[in-house]
Amino acid sequence: MESAGASTGVLLEMRGIEKRFLGVPALSDAGLRVAMGEVHALMGQNGAGKSTLIKALTGYVRRDAGEVRFQGQPFEASSPHDAQRKGISTIYQEINLVPQRSVAENICLGRSFSRWGVLDRKAMRLEAERLLAEFHVEIDVRRPLGDFSTAAQQMSAIARAIGFSARLVIMDEPTSSLDAQEIDSLFHVIRKLKEDGVSVIYVSHKLDEIYEVCDRVTVMRDGRTIRSDALSDMDRFDLVSTMLGREFAGTSTDRNGLAMPDAAAGEAARCADDLMLEARELGAGRAVRKVSLNVRHGEIVGMAGLLGAGRTETARVLFGVAPSEAGAMRLQGQDYRPRRAADAIKKGLALCTEDRKTDGIVPEMSVADNIALAILPRLSRAGVRDESAQRELVARLIAQLGIKCSSPQQPVKELSGGNQQKVLLARWLATHPKLLLLDEPTRGIDVGAKGEILRLIRQLAKDGLSVLMISSELDELIESASRIFVLRDGVSVLELGQGETRSARILDAMAHGHARPPGAWQ
Amino acid sequence: MIASDNTARELQELPAHRTLRLWSLASGKEALIALLLLIAFNAAFTPNFLTLQTLNVNLTQVCAIVIVAVGMTFVIATGGIDLSVGSLMAISGTLAPMIFMGKIRPIGNAYVAVAAAILLAVCCAGLLGVFNGWLVASLKVQPIVATLVLFISGRGIAQVLTDGHLQSFRVAEFQWIGLGKIGGVPVQVLLMALIVGAAAWSIRRTVFGSQLLAVGGNERASELAGLPVRRIKLAVYAISGICAGLAGLVVIAINSASDANLVGQGMELDAIAAVAVGGTSLRGGEARILGTLMGALTIQVVRYTLLANGVSDAAALIVKAAIIATAVWLQQTRKAF
Repeated sequence: MESAGASTGVLLEMRGIEKRFLGVPALSDAGLRVAMGEVHALMGQNGAGKSTLIKALTGYVRRDAGEVRFQGQPFEASSPHDAQRKGISTIYQEINLVPQRSVAENICLGRSFSRWGVLDRKAMRLEAERLLAEFHVEIDVRRPLGDFSTAAQQMSAIARAIGFSARLVIMDEPTSSLDAQEIDSLFHVIRKLKEDGVSVIYVSHKLDEIYEVCDRVTVMRDGRTIRSDALSDMDRFDLVSTMLGREFAGTSTDRNGLAMPDAAAGEAARCADDLMLEARELGAGRAVRKVSLNVRHGEIVGMAGLLGAGRTETARVLFGVAPSEAGAMRLQGQDYRPRRAADAIKKGLALCTEDRKTDGIVPEMSVADNIALAILPRLSRAGVRDESAQRELVARLIAQLGIKCSSPQQPVKELSGGNQQKVLLARWLATHPKLLLLDEPTRGIDVGAKGEILRLIRQLAKDGLSVLMISSELDELIESASRIFVLRDGVSVLELGQGETRSARILDAMAHGHARPPGAWQ
Repeated sequence: MIASDNTARELQELPAHRTLRLWSLASGKEALIALLLLIAFNAAFTPNFLTLQTLNVNLTQVCAIVIVAVGMTFVIATGGIDLSVGSLMAISGTLAPMIFMGKIRPIGNAYVAVAAAILLAVCCAGLLGVFNGWLVASLKVQPIVATLVLFISGRGIAQVLTDGHLQSFRVAEFQWIGLGKIGGVPVQVLLMALIVGAAAWSIRRTVFGSQLLAVGGNERASELAGLPVRRIKLAVYAISGICAGLAGLVVIAINSASDANLVGQGMELDAIAAVAVGGTSLRGGEARILGTLMGALTIQVVRYTLLANGVSDAAALIVKAAIIATAVWLQQTRKAF
C-alpha cells in the first residue's frame, strides 16, 4: 500500500475500516487508496467485503471504525445521494435510472433545471447532449432511456455522474450485461475520465478487463485488504492466488495436490464408456460459450473457475432450467435434452443450488415438507399424501444426514445454514438421483458442518452416486474430486485428471485460460 | 471461535423463537376470539340474538362469501389474488336461469334442465378461472392485472347475455339449493360446510395442497424441485372460478331472481377481507381455510350487529374497513417479530 503514484496526489484514502453486521465482522482493517486520475481495480471473492467497503464509503452503511479522507479532507457521507453531492458517484450493476423518462431527464435527475419553478427542458437537453458528446455518444436524448441498449443506458448513468462533477466514479461490475463492442466504448469512456483527472474504482472479476483498463489493484479477502499494487508489478497468476489466499507462486511442491482420489473412482476411470453424463461444447447465452465436461459413474468431478466463469450457468443448463443453444448432452449414453427441471429430475438428476434462500428452501414450510417436496408425487396414492411413508422417509433422512432440528415439524427457516443445506441434500437424496449437481455446497456454512457435508458427499459417491461439484474453494475440490474441469469466461479450458489436480495448475488455468506445463512455475 | 459464536447466537435466538411460535399460534385464533367476543356482545345487547332464526339468517347470508373466500384462499396461498370472482358470480348467475328456463333451447324434464344449468354455469365460471390462470402462469401477467380483465368485462358479458333485463323465476327444483333444507339445515349451509371441509382436507392431506403452499412460499425453489408450477396456478384460479360459479347460483336461488348488475357485486373485496381477517398471509405460502371461515363469519356478524342496533349500511362499511385494516396490521406486526 506504500507505493501510491508518487507524481499524482492521493484522491481517496480509507484506513482501518471496520464494520460488523449483528456482531459478525464484514470488514476488519480494510483500506483503499486511490490516486487522482487513476483507474483502480477492487477485487476479491464473493463475500470478501468489496461491496461493504464501497457502501461504507458512499454512506449506504455506517462504518464502525476507521478513517476516510477525500481530496485531502476528512470525508463523511450520510447517504449515497450525499456522497454524490460531495463528488463520489456510484454506478450499480442494475442501472438505477428511470427507463420510462427521457435520457435528458435521467441525466439531469436530481439537479435543478428550472426557471421560475418550471422545468427548463431545453437546458436539460443541451446539458445531456453536452455530457454525452464528451464520450462521443450521439443519441436522441428526448427519447425514453429504456429504448436504448444497456451500454447506452450505462453511458447515461456515467454522464449523469459527471454532471454532478464527480471526482470519483465507482463502477460495480459494469460489463456484466455488455457485449464486446459495448465494452470497448465503456473502456473508451473510462480512459476519457482518466484524462480529465477523474478517478475510477472498478469492481470486476474479469481479469482481461482489469489488465486492459486498470492501473492498480486492491485485493480483499475475508473483510481485509490483503494487497495493493500496480498491475504492472503483478501478473495474473499472482493476482488470482492472492485473491484465493494461496501463496505458492514459485514453488512446485503443492501438498494438497498430492491427495490421491479414491480407489473406487480410479477403477471407474479405466472404462471410458462408463460415462454418466457427457456435455460437448455447450453454449447458452453469454455466460456459457463452449463448455465440455463429463462425469463417470460414482465419480466426484469438480468444476473450478472464478466468479462469472459460467459454472452456475452450466449447471443450470445441465438441469434444464436454462435452455442450451449449442452443443450436445448425453446421459448414460442416450441423447439428453431437458426442457425444464422436471425433465432432469425424471432422468435422475438433482441440483443443490448456490443460493439456498432464494432457490432452495421454502422458508415457512417445515423440515419434513421441505424434504418431501420433490418426491411428494411418488409418496402418495391418487393425489393423497401417504403420511406414514413420508414420516418414515423424513425420519430416515434426518438420521442419515444428521440434521439438527427440534422436530420434523420445525419451520426450516429456523435452522442453521449447514442444516438447511442438509435438508436440501435430503430433498434430493429422497428422489434417488443418479447424478447430483452441487453448486457451492459449503458456502456460508461453519467449519464443522463443512467437513461433515463433504464427508457425506464422498460417502454418497462411494455408494455409487455421480457428483458434479462447483466450488470456489480449491482445497475442497482437490480433496473431494477425482477430476476437475476449469472454466474461464464460459469456456472449459482445462481438464485435470487424477493425481494432477495441483492447485497451482488450476489457478494458472483460471488466470490465463491454459495451464503452463508442469514445472514451468518453478 | 466460530463455534462459540454460533452457540452464543443460538442461545440468544432460542427465547425469541419460542415467543414467536406462541404468538403465531395465538394469531391463528384471532378471528375466532373476535367472533366469540362479538357473539358475547350481541347476546348481551342485541334483542333476540340467541335464536335459531338469527343463526339461520346469518348462516345463509354468509354462505356465498365463505364459498368464494375458500377459492380465494387457494389463490392467495400461491401468492396471487383474484379480483374477478364477483363478475364470475354474475356470469354463472345469469347463465343458469337462461338454461333452466329454456331460453337457449327448451329442455323438457325440469330436473335435467336444472342439472344442466348448474353444471354448465359452474363449468363456465371454472373455464374463465382457467383463463385467469393462463394469463398469470403462462403470460406472467401480474395477478391483480390479469384478473382485472374479467373483473371489468365479466359483468359486461353477463349484462349482454340478458340485454340488461332482470330474470325472475319460480323453479323449486333449482331454488332448493338456496331455500331447501336437509334435516333442518339449509342446503346452502351444507354445501358451504362441504366445500370448507374438502378444502381444508386437501390443503392438509393432498400433494396438490402441499405443492400450492410451496409455490406460494418460494416459486423459484418449487420450479427447481420439479413442481408443475404452471399447472398448479391454473388449478387454483380454476378452483376460485368454480367456487364463484357455485356462489352465484346460491345467491340467485335465494333471491328468485338474477340481476346481472347486482349478483356478486363487491364480493371480491368481501372474500379478500375474509381471507385476511382469517390470518392467511397475503404474501402467499399459507392457507388457513378454517381461518377464512372465521373471518367471513366475523365480518358477517359485525354487519348484523350494526344493522340490528340501528347503524346505517353506509356506516357499517366504514366499520368493515376498519376491521380489515386492523387484521392486516396485526398480520404485519406478527411478521415483524
